[in-house]
Amino acid sequence: MRVTFTANGKPVEADDVWEGESLLYVLRERVGLPGSKNACEQGECGSCTVYLDGLPVCSCLVAAGQVQDREVRTVEGLSEENGELGLVQQAFVDAGAVQCGFCTPGLLVQTDALLAQDPQPSDTDIREALSGNLCRCTGYEKIMDAVRLASARTCAKAVSE
Amino acid sequence: MSGTRTIQGQKNLQKIHQASKDGIGGSPLRPDGTLKVKGEFAYSSDMWHEDMLWGMALRSPHPRANILSVDISEALKVPGVYAVLTHEDIPGSKYYGLEIQDQPALAIDKVRYHGEAIALVAADHPETARRAVKKIKVEYEVLTPITTEEQCLDPETYGYVHEPHEYKSHGSGNVCHSQKLVSGGGVTDEIRALADVIVKGTYEVGMQDQAFLGPESGLAVPAEDGGVDLYIATQWLHVDRQQMAPVLALPEEKVRLTLAGVGGAFGGREDLSMQIHACLLALHTGKPVKIVYSRDESFFGHVHRHPAKMTYEHGATRDGKLVFADCRIVLDGGAYASASPAVVGNAASLGHGPYVIPNVRMEAIALYSNNPSCGAMRGFGAVQACFGYESQMDKLAAELGMDPVELRQINAVTQGDFMPTGQEIDAPAPVAELLQRVKDMPLPPPLDLENLDVRTLPGALSNTSHGEGIVRGIGYSVGIKNVGFSEGFDDYSTARVRLEVIGGEPVAMVHTAMAEVGQGGVTVHAQIARTELGVEQVTIHPANTEVGSAGSTSASRQTYMTGGAVKLAAEAVKQALIDKGRRRYGWEHKDITLVGGKVVSETGGVLVSMVDLLGDEAIDLTREHHHRPTVPFDKETGQGFGHVQYTFCANRAVVDVDVELGLVKVVELTAAQDVGRALNPLSVVGQIQGGCTQALGLAVMEEIVVKDGKVRNASFTDYLIPTILDTPPIPVDMLELPDPHAPYGLRGVGEAPTVSATPSIVAAIRNATGLALNRVPVRPEHLTGTL
Repeated sequence: MRVTFTANGKPVEADDVWEGESLLYVLRERVGLPGSKNACEQGECGSCTVYLDGLPVCSCLVAAGQVQDREVRTVEGLSEENGELGLVQQAFVDAGAVQCGFCTPGLLVQTDALLAQDPQPSDTDIREALSGNLCRCTGYEKIMDAVRLASARTCAKAVSE
Repeated sequence: MSGTRTIQGQKNLQKIHQASKDGIGGSPLRPDGTLKVKGEFAYSSDMWHEDMLWGMALRSPHPRANILSVDISEALKVPGVYAVLTHEDIPGSKYYGLEIQDQPALAIDKVRYHGEAIALVAADHPETARRAVKKIKVEYEVLTPITTEEQCLDPETYGYVHEPHEYKSHGSGNVCHSQKLVSGGGVTDEIRALADVIVKGTYEVGMQDQAFLGPESGLAVPAEDGGVDLYIATQWLHVDRQQMAPVLALPEEKVRLTLAGVGGAFGGREDLSMQIHACLLALHTGKPVKIVYSRDESFFGHVHRHPAKMTYEHGATRDGKLVFADCRIVLDGGAYASASPAVVGNAASLGHGPYVIPNVRMEAIALYSNNPSCGAMRGFGAVQACFGYESQMDKLAAELGMDPVELRQINAVTQGDFMPTGQEIDAPAPVAELLQRVKDMPLPPPLDLENLDVRTLPGALSNTSHGEGIVRGIGYSVGIKNVGFSEGFDDYSTARVRLEVIGGEPVAMVHTAMAEVGQGGVTVHAQIARTELGVEQVTIHPANTEVGSAGSTSASRQTYMTGGAVKLAAEAVKQALIDKGRRRYGWEHKDITLVGGKVVSETGGVLVSMVDLLGDEAIDLTREHHHRPTVPFDKETGQGFGHVQYTFCANRAVVDVDVELGLVKVVELTAAQDVGRALNPLSVVGQIQGGCTQALGLAVMEEIVVKDGKVRNASFTDYLIPTILDTPPIPVDMLELPDPHAPYGLRGVGEAPTVSATPSIVAAIRNATGLALNRVPVRPEHLTGTL
């Protein structure tokens, strides 16, 4: 089948999609957006988290056909239009929250979604929001630092605007 | 040459450039960090080639069986299938292995573990490959698996995992490797009589998995010269090639490996997984072949941490001085040897802990069984033992009525002491101080039942408690780990450093075969080059087999070994540049150095800019770094200078336990570690926190459940690794006492916290519950008595 949808603001189409393919497979192998990662492919690790119509979902659990005419935003879409890092991306780099980085794309999308909803989450709020995203390298401390930093910058930006 | 063809996701296969003023001791950001947060960093599973096929393996559902026949005819008929291969299609040697070549690349006549690869398929879509794999018909004669210690040690009754005539290890029966150790008077009745108090214990450690997030994957591209190019996530490019080439019947130079992005490793990528399979399929079909393991295949496709059964007996005087230790450690190595012999060596030589014990008897063995193969995982034989000896320290302290930290401090090794191997500890060993440091750190506030957030309690989001039945406990531990490869292994690493003028600035390029697996080696290499060469601009060349071996990214050795090689190569480049200046300008200054892009005399006077001195000529030099020699341990006595460096970490755990439901929440996990010298403090702290978290996983949740040789939980649904909700704040206190034998005085960092932290958590749970707890992971049923 053919699937057409919007990925990071641009219309895309994929042909000859097998009906069992996931959105994750289509993004990675057909659309050329490999940023979302394939770690467990059963919705347990969050590495493949993307926005679907503005809500974070595990793209491995979304059948390709379900995204027909819908909007997908991936980690690649978190950067600024000029290619500069987005605020959440920069915070993860600055805080040392990236080690192997395989969990990072999913964590970035989930953090972006959290801060959009609550720019000043408590530590427990952060832990609850990110509890579906596994990281094996960092011990999560630097990830907490990154989210706190992104929160502070988000709030500072809101004040200055 | 296929190397010139387009491989999508080239970005991190090209040079990564970063400018910074930070040399060693600073914390510049990762040069690959920007690519990683943009989703542009190409991991091995992201490799893509326009006409590539997908490879997949058929795996055994039985842990032990004879293969009577394999029929691939139906699989070959599936439209879109390009190849179906069995061991008969292997052109060269059919076996490989890290230390002992006992593992068939594809099963021959029998399978020895659940999940062993039997046949391979290459097809145009992963689903096509999956369907074809299901159409391969294998007729088995299913045999009763050999899975317990008792069965393994009685091959006459239960059989051999490897028949005696096919035996390739140095052991016998089903013993893969053993190591004994005796020091002082050993452990005799006379020695026992010297102790006022004796405590005994038996301990068990479950099978932990590395559970790196990036699945085993890679892309093999056949080359016009008959060779193959492999883009791969691994820990050691050259040892992969060394094992692959004989199987592929190719000379090593025709097997070219380039490191693709690695999504974590932790020892699980030391052995080959899909490397040979992808290359066999690529060479057979003449097309690029990509293999990406699913998560369940990943659990079958790599070795795990050895599960262990341990018996310990310790004797001490009334005032707490250790008199003797008697230890036996049985490691289940599974079907193939992998790194078992080296793991046994570590368990035997480190298995009594960082303590001065005048009389020691130790035996460590690894068994062959029909359980999953076990090999390298962070901590490498020291983890299991640490749970044993630290549990014993608590038991002994209780028996003596002493503070458990004080008991440890009384017996702690320090510089100048001797290990039971007879090896003198010839570098700082601040074991007592590390314990004091974690003890002195402020405790987290007590549980406040009035103002609690249930999300912070055991059971967390499941809302299982509102504070009732929750008890808090505190526990301590300390551990010891070796750094680098031991027992006479000629451990070395190679680095190439090039200095040239680019865009009017001096730029250093560092080229090594070091596998960057997330640990941050690329950052540190740039820092070392900046420090030695006085430049800001550093480029990291992609790691590949075009340069000499870097050894493995394991054993906490890469900063020591490859960092050391980068230092040597950079020093050589610096010397060559200064020599060039002396020849050109006739300098007579004694101490000339490089600072801020300038050549500077001992008085700080600028002699010439590096740009002017270099001109159009690049200086490009390669150096090897070998660590000081070690020797194998004597087989019977365990004596010998076997380890290059020791590293120590101490922990304090605070836990809340729901004693009714058996749920544990680690409230805080404090670590104090001597890192010799922190080349990049941000990365060092990150390593310690990550290491502690894996230890937390082993303490309370992580285990591959194997029943009758079959893996029951090969998924992230059923194999639990700590989430951010399970992981507490991890305050880190870093001590920097330089090791005079190591580059910059540094000490390997990555493994020590994974060794030490598990027993502190179990000690805290014991402290909260009063239960004995002699097995990890501690499960709810152990706490509620509902086993």
